[in-house]
Amino acid sequence: MQQFPCPFCGERDEREFHFLAEAGKERPNTTVSIDDETWARYLYKQRNEKGEVQEIWMHLTCREVFLLKRHSVTMAVSESVSLRQGC
Amino acid sequence: MPSHYSAYSLFREGLRQQSGWGKAWRSPKPKKHYEVIIIGAGGHGLATAYYLAKNHGVRNVAVIDKGWLGGGNTGRNTTTIRSNYYYPESCALYDLSVQLYENLSRELNYNVMFSQRGVLTLCHSDPEMEMGARFTNAMKLNGVDAELIDVAAVKQRAPILNFQTDARYPIHGAIWQARAGTARHDAVAWGYARAADALGVDIIQQCEVRELILENGACAGVRTAHGDIRANKIGAAVAGHSSVLANLANITLPIHSYALQAFVSEPLKPIMNTVALSPASGTYFSQSDKGGLVIGGGIDRVPSYGQRGNLPAQETVLSGLIEMAPALAKVKLLRHWAGIVDVTPDSSPILGPSGVDGLYLNCGWGTGGFKAIPAGGLLFAHLLATGQHHVISQPFDLNRFAQGRLIDEGAASGIAH
Ligand SMILES: Cc1cc2nc3c(=O)[nH]c(=O)nc-3n(C[C@H](O)[C@H](O)[C@H](O)COP(=O)(O)OP(=O)(O)OC[C@H]3O[C@@H](n4cnc5c(N)ncnc54)[C@H](O)[C@@H]3O)c2cc1C
Ligand SMILES: [Zn+2]
Repeated sequence: MQQFPCPFCGERDEREFHFLAEAGKERPNTTVSIDDETWARYLYKQRNEKGEVQEIWMHLTCREVFLLKRHSVTMAVSESVSLRQGC
Repeated sequence: MPSHYSAYSLFREGLRQQSGWGKAWRSPKPKKHYEVIIIGAGGHGLATAYYLAKNHGVRNVAVIDKGWLGGGNTGRNTTTIRSNYYYPESCALYDLSVQLYENLSRELNYNVMFSQRGVLTLCHSDPEMEMGARFTNAMKLNGVDAELIDVAAVKQRAPILNFQTDARYPIHGAIWQARAGTARHDAVAWGYARAADALGVDIIQQCEVRELILENGACAGVRTAHGDIRANKIGAAVAGHSSVLANLANITLPIHSYALQAFVSEPLKPIMNTVALSPASGTYFSQSDKGGLVIGGGIDRVPSYGQRGNLPAQETVLSGLIEMAPALAKVKLLRHWAGIVDVTPDSSPILGPSGVDGLYLNCGWGTGGFKAIPAGGLLFAHLLATGQHHVISQPFDLNRFAQGRLIDEGAASGIAH
C-alpha cells in the first residue's frame, strides 16, 4: 500500500484517505443570481491534469482536510499542506 | 487487398499453407488534408470511421492514434455487453448497440465472437429484490429484455456461485438480461479497422496528436509527431485522455480520469457460462473461451493517469470474487492490468460538439464503453457527417450539465464507479 502524509498524523496507509476535489475552485456567490454556465463550471468541470496536481484530501481517521500536491501518473507526493488558519 | 473471410477461403488457405492471406489493413502515409480526422483508434474511433464511409459516403477520413489501434481501453476491457440501464435515453443508446452487435460479425466479415450468454445482476436481500423488480420493469418499459429471477433460477444458470443462506451476501435472486453477453474485444477493433480500411479510410498508427491547429476560433487540423494534418472536421475519441486533448483547445470537461483494473486467472475447465455481477462489492466475472476467468470491479479510489493497478482496489475486487464464489479462492491469477477511464458526474457519455467549431467529442464512456462501440460509432459518424445530432445522441450533449439535465446512471443503475 502507498503511504500518504497527513499534516497532523504523518505518513499513513492510503486507505485512510479520501480524495475530495481539485484545489482552487471558488464557490460562486449564492446571494446573487448565478448563470447556468458559471454554476455548471463550479459543480462539474475539472482540470483533470496529467502531471502535477493540487487537490483537497481528507484524512478520514482524524478528519484533517488538507492540500495534497502529487503527480497523477507516478502518484508520487511532493507536499501536503495544512489548511488550518494560522499554520 | 484484404481477403474475404469464409469457410471456403479457410479451406483453400489450409491447402496452401496459409500463404494467400492479404494484410487486414494498410499502413498509409498521412495525406495533408482529409474531410474528417478522428483522433483515437480505439473501438469508438474506428467504428466512427467505418460508419462515416459506409452510411454517409464520407471516405476521405483518417483515424490517428499515438499507439497501435485497439491498444487503449478497447484492448483492455472485460468485454461485457449489455443494455440494462434505467433511463429511456440510456436504453435507447445501449440497446441500439446490442442490436448492432447481434449482426456485427456478418456486417464486418469478421468474427467478433459475440456470445449472448446473459448477465446476472445479483440481489442480496429482500429490499434488493424489490429494487430489482423496479429496475426490471423500467427496462421492460424501455423496450429492453429483462427478467427478475429467483434463487433457484440463478443456481441453474451459475451453480459456482455462493448459495449458502448464511453467507455475508446471500443470493436472493437476480436481474437477468438474456441478450447480454461478451465479445472478443480485439476483434471488435480489428474488424472495424479492416472494414473501414477497405472503404478507403487511412488508419495512421504511432502518430501522437500534440496540438490542435486553431484558426479564427475554429479547429482546422492536428499537429502530430509526423507533421500537420488538416481537416474540415475533427472528432476526438480518446477516452481517458479526453481532458488532456480538450485542453489543447482550451476546453475544460466534466471528467475525472481513473485507473480501472481487470484480472485474468489461469485457465480452468468450463465452470461459468454467463456473466455475474455482485453490487455488494462491485465485482463481476465471466469465463473466456480459453478458460480464464475474466474479473473486473470498480475504479481505483483516486484520480490517476498511471496505467497500472492500485492495491486497495485489487483487494476489494478479489475479496468480492471469493465472496461470490468461495470455490475460486485457490485459483491463481495469470495477468492483471489497468486502463485509464473517463468518468463523468452522471456516468453517462458525452457525444456532441465541443464548443469550438470543427471539433466534436465522443468521450465519457468511463467503465462501460465497450458495449457501446457500434452505437457510439454510428451516432458520432452521423454527427460528423451532418453536423446535427441523431435523436439518440441528443440527450448526451455536453450542454446537459449547464441545463441540469443529467442522465444519472451512476445512481439509477449502480454502475461501478
Ligand atoms: C479494465 C477495464 C474493464 C472494462 N470493462 C468493460 C466492460 O466489461 N464492458 C464495457 O462496455 N466497457 C468496459 N470498459 C470500458 C471500455 O473499455 C471503454 O469505455 C471503451 O473501450 C472506450 O473506447 P474508446 O475507443 O473510446 O477508447 P480507447 O480504446 O481507449 O481508445 C482511445 C485511443 O486514443 C488514443 N489517444 C489518446 N490520446 C491521443 C493523442 N493525443 N493522439 C493520438 N491518439 C491518442 C489512445 O492511444 C487510444 O488508442 C472497461 C475498461 C477497462 C479499462
Ligand atoms: Zn490525520
